[in-house]
Amino acid sequence: MKIDASKPLEYSTEENSNKIFGFWVFLGAEIPLFATLFTVYFVMVNRFASGPSGSELFEIGPVLMETFLLLSSSFTIGLAVHAMRLGYKKATMVFMAITLLMGLAFVGIEIDEFFTYVHEGATLQTSGFLSSLFVLLGTHGLHVSFGFLWGVGIMIQLWRRGITPATANKTFIFSLFWHFLDVVWIFIFSFVYLKGLM
Amino acid sequence: MDLDKFKVHGEPLIYGAMISIALATIGILVGLTYFKKWGYLWREWLTTVDHKKIGIMYILAALLMLFRGGVDAMMMRLQTAAPEMKFLDAQHYNEVFTTHGLIMILFMAMPFIIGLMNVIIPLQIGARDVAFPRLNAVSFWLFFMGAMLLNISFVIGGSPDAGWSAYFPLASIEFSPTVGNNYYSLALQISGIGTLITGVNFIVTILKMRAPGMTLMKMPMFTWSVLITNVIIVFAFPVLTVALALMMFDRLFGSQFFTMANGGMDMLWANLFWVWGHPEVYIVILPAFGIYSEIIATFSKKNLYGYTSMVFSMVIISLLSFLVWAHHFYTMGQGAMVNSFFSITTMAIAVPTGVKIFNWLFTLRKGRITFTTPMLYTLAFIPIFTIGGVTGVMLAMASADYQYHNTMFLVAHFHYVLIPGAVFAVIAGFHYWFPKVFGFRLNERLGKHAFWWIIISFNVTFFPLFFLGLMGMTRRLYTYSEESGFGPLNMLSFVGAVGLAIGFLILVYNIYWSTRYMPRDTTNDPWDGRTLEWATHSPIPLYNFAIVPKVETRDALWSAKHDNIPLYTDNKITKIHMPSNTGKPFILGVIFFFLGFFLVFSMWIPAIVAGIGVIVMLGFMSFDKDQGYYISAEEVKATEKKLMRGETV
Repeated sequence: MKIDASKPLEYSTEENSNKIFGFWVFLGAEIPLFATLFTVYFVMVNRFASGPSGSELFEIGPVLMETFLLLSSSFTIGLAVHAMRLGYKKATMVFMAITLLMGLAFVGIEIDEFFTYVHEGATLQTSGFLSSLFVLLGTHGLHVSFGFLWGVGIMIQLWRRGITPATANKTFIFSLFWHFLDVVWIFIFSFVYLKGLM
Repeated sequence: MDLDKFKVHGEPLIYGAMISIALATIGILVGLTYFKKWGYLWREWLTTVDHKKIGIMYILAALLMLFRGGVDAMMMRLQTAAPEMKFLDAQHYNEVFTTHGLIMILFMAMPFIIGLMNVIIPLQIGARDVAFPRLNAVSFWLFFMGAMLLNISFVIGGSPDAGWSAYFPLASIEFSPTVGNNYYSLALQISGIGTLITGVNFIVTILKMRAPGMTLMKMPMFTWSVLITNVIIVFAFPVLTVALALMMFDRLFGSQFFTMANGGMDMLWANLFWVWGHPEVYIVILPAFGIYSEIIATFSKKNLYGYTSMVFSMVIISLLSFLVWAHHFYTMGQGAMVNSFFSITTMAIAVPTGVKIFNWLFTLRKGRITFTTPMLYTLAFIPIFTIGGVTGVMLAMASADYQYHNTMFLVAHFHYVLIPGAVFAVIAGFHYWFPKVFGFRLNERLGKHAFWWIIISFNVTFFPLFFLGLMGMTRRLYTYSEESGFGPLNMLSFVGAVGLAIGFLILVYNIYWSTRYMPRDTTNDPWDGRTLEWATHSPIPLYNFAIVPKVETRDALWSAKHDNIPLYTDNKITKIHMPSNTGKPFILGVIFFFLGFFLVFSMWIPAIVAGIGVIVMLGFMSFDKDQGYYISAEEVKATEKKLMRGETV
């Protein structure tokens, strides 16, 4: 395995740099995925049949909390990658742990929101609008949940194996994924919640 | 548990299918045990990460599915051969035309093309493997398990029966209460994820792993076509993923996406399906264009005419392919403006396609043409595909389309595009690259016999359908009265279908015959090829190239042979890094199969267990420490020496 010392650790072998590029291409596929879900949502947004509309359903409090958690976690994962590049294993893991905990809290609030909606009689089966809302939010939430499990797996590897080209590569790719989820959330926050509250 | 939902009743044909599936399975199991091949199968195939073997498995699966889809086609042509036929009932006919479409597009044409991609692309760009060999195995096994899941639907629970486009509300739980369309949403989802991963893998392979000196504009045309195809895959398949997920939610969890009440919108499905579906057509046709370009250049002994315009026309086709989807449902009633827009974009595709046709003709001009089997398919493709293209422009005219919509005219059109465009191409590519992979050619005489049977029978089968369509016969019609006058042309079409079947049987017999009797090809380059895949040995050694070639011109091997531009400047053999085999992708595929199956039948607890199994398996793959292994320089040298002497290794 040739190691190029002039590059950051996560890019140092050809295989690893291909993996990062490949993940960018994968994120390229995630964009049409979420774009399609948003399109479906915008088509359905006024088709709430006998169920509630967005402005009747949404509450700004929990949503702001979710936004705050996810945006902050995007900052801490950046700090984790920064610490990793400086070679501080412990700091990397601490920042990753904070990131994942905030992700977990985000998912918790989202699940609580879903329960509230369902208690108010707004279920997946109620209307086209609610179906598209639940599936759009659910897909994002599933990504965050999957990211949580993935992140835990990477933390175990960092802990056991230290910062190597392989673990650095995984941590960096994970950070790309996490930032991407943040970007998607910004769209959900703006165009689903804020627009829905108007 | 209610066992009744697993059963399919009533038809002797279905019982026949059940028995034949059971017998084939027992036969395979007994055969493997008797010949003690279990270990061989596991070590050499199920756990392989070698792009060549994965490619071969893709092609084998595609040939198997060609047989299955072909049997479906024969049953349909037999059922419609004469008025008031009693061979199939309406429900069974619906299932057969649905699975015929699904299997031929998604489980025959696509894997055949992806198989050729797998075998050839790393060789053409001078690489040792694809970028992510283990992910490549994951792709294959997801595709394969998806295909198997759809195939068992025929005997367990019932096949999808709402057409391959599964329009709502027909495909909804209300109007299609059997599990058939659950199979549709899950089988396609699983194999679709596999295809998406292939897309990512090949984009990285082609952009990052080319031999030194091979700039983008020096890539072989097949590599270009595959690069563009994979970009389309990465942008189009996520739309299918979403559409199928929404379909699954509608059918399994009662959501309201495509329903008729509660704010659902049935035409949303048609839009989502074709936003993926039309680019999908180009996913199967662009690589075919690449294959034809290679074959025409090789057998005309000329470089490809208009290389740059070929590349640009493919890029333009790929962009336009995303802008034409509504031409599949002009009759939806979206208004004159929308129809006009899609009518114009659709006709615009004829322009870059025309550029390609003329480039091929100009490549042939003054060439020293040899009429080999792959070349014959290519030459037949040009006029037949043009008929398909011209009728396509007829269908593109929105106002005229109201006349053709959903008639046999459309069926004739897309068979005239897809069979020469995709099927002839993969058969031609199969004949062309066969000696590279197996070290001997297919017999030319048998190959040409098969060719003439296929080419003539194809036209006999599908040309009458144009007239039937204009006479008013709609598609997906399971029977008709004698007074309609559809009888004679349908009978002619059935005769053609029999001829096609004979042609394909000769093709398969040719594989068998050639395996037994054809002499070994000792040249490594039997067709006097132009590109790098012909620069290595046949069959290809595990590491592809002992020394990575250096590229200076477009047809690197041709330049090396005729213009004295050497492929290798440095003759030093060094140790080669290889990925190790792994069984995890196969196991992951099996778990996905069970996950899909349990979801189809709404068996929630087993489905959750299988879902956790998928996550655990992904975890195992992440924790894998395997860094691959090295083949030492000495070992490479010994292998090369043996291959030079013409021994097998």
